[in-house]
Amino acid sequence: MSGLRDDTPMSQVVLHTDALDKSFTLHLQGGVRIPVLAGVGLDLQAGECVVLSGPSGVGKSTLMRSLYGNYRAEAGRILIRHHGAMVDLASADPRTILAIRHETLGYVSQFLRVVPRVPALDVVAEVLIGRGASQEAARQAATDLLLRLNIPRRLHGLPPATFSGGEQQRVNLARGFIGRHPVLLLDEPTASLDAENRSVVVAMINEAKRSGIAIIAICHDTDVRDAIADRLFPLMPLQDAA
Amino acid sequence: MTDDTLLSARGLSLSFGANDALVSVDVDLWPGEMLAVVGESGSGKTTLLNVLSGRLVPDAGAVWYRDPAGKLHDVHAMPAPELRTLHRSDWGFVHQDPKQNLRMNVTAGGNVGERLMAQGARHYGNIREQAIDWLHQVEIDANRVDDLPRTFSGGMLQRLQIARTLVTHPRLVFMDEPTGSLDVSVQARLLDLIRTLVTRLKIAAVLVTHDIGVARLLAHRIMVMQRGRVVETGLTDQVLDDPQHPYTQLLVSSVLQA
Repeated sequence: MSGLRDDTPMSQVVLHTDALDKSFTLHLQGGVRIPVLAGVGLDLQAGECVVLSGPSGVGKSTLMRSLYGNYRAEAGRILIRHHGAMVDLASADPRTILAIRHETLGYVSQFLRVVPRVPALDVVAEVLIGRGASQEAARQAATDLLLRLNIPRRLHGLPPATFSGGEQQRVNLARGFIGRHPVLLLDEPTASLDAENRSVVVAMINEAKRSGIAIIAICHDTDVRDAIADRLFPLMPLQDAA
Repeated sequence: MTDDTLLSARGLSLSFGANDALVSVDVDLWPGEMLAVVGESGSGKTTLLNVLSGRLVPDAGAVWYRDPAGKLHDVHAMPAPELRTLHRSDWGFVHQDPKQNLRMNVTAGGNVGERLMAQGARHYGNIREQAIDWLHQVEIDANRVDDLPRTFSGGMLQRLQIARTLVTHPRLVFMDEPTGSLDVSVQARLLDLIRTLVTRLKIAAVLVTHDIGVARLLAHRIMVMQRGRVVETGLTDQVLDDPQHPYTQLLVSSVLQA
């Protein structure tokens, strides 16, 4: 699955990983080393959705978190198209990673983690306000997106901590989609959603793709996967270190 | 994005007798950035804050502050009056115990207005108006403006201290366990307030805390200290979710999951 196809113009590649390795060294467990990723080479083009596949525990979330800079890549490169240039996220300094996340790379995690007490609407609008949008414009965009995801207006002013799992996930999705980052990472975007909301999310993903947004997703729901994936990227289990 | 740091320190070392409080510590802080310093009690984090802010002189090393005109100042070589002026204008300090910063026999409005007057504001009406505006921003009712701080709760005192510190629009704020002495319910409110104000006013801050949850919610970058040394530093969520150093792993794994 790795390597560029000959007919692919390089200009369309928005993310490219090269010999990416990741292991964890657990110092509190006698320094045991757990290798998870070895030599991962992945290409992602604008407007395409790649779904990571493989059994549970194979490292799909680890790869996704490494791509976001949440985990530190041990070896290899993670090149991402940021402001027209390919920047290596694996060796970038913290401020560059934050700038990339701000403008270029979005991430919807499995669980919402926010400051307590902040209303759902502000959680979602914050992304745009951080980019200099007016309070009104950002809140209007956030309201539209929350309504589309079937979060009723009466919940918009409440902090999401009290919401159900599915509602929290939809707030998380709204926050991930509102910034229209050119590269979007989705970790189980529909895991706790009912059929109606699943189809809303599928429609949002397909619209994003049509507008040129590139997506990497982890998705165990085969119906959703078939509806969004252009191709699968299989991960193989590694042997545990001796 | 500018590459000029607001505050830089190199090779800071300080011993109290046989006790190494700081060992070759380097720090860089950029404008508008929140840097958290975490570690257990006695790891040197408050000492570091005091040295960075010029309140304590290191045995070795130096701290430079870049003023709004772009000129660098060696914080520990500055004449005392100049450093005091800096503390009253460009800088702010938020203590764990608000009583260290507030004057308990002066009204809430007076506490906020005093910092403006120290900067040269003289018009009583304007000062009072700004004081009330700031009380409002930290969610203290305007009708408490003439009350003495001793009638305030701990959370209100902390918010009053923040109003007093931020009223002069400092570029750099040092915070020592700002939520440390508060109930959890009050903490969340204060965290949200600090985050909102710091982001809106584009203030840079060095935040000392033993609570890595606080660091995660507020800080762009994090420094982990152990026995006076920086053992790990980087992007906050990366250091907390993928800690590399044994001590950071211990720190992260010791937190109770709520």
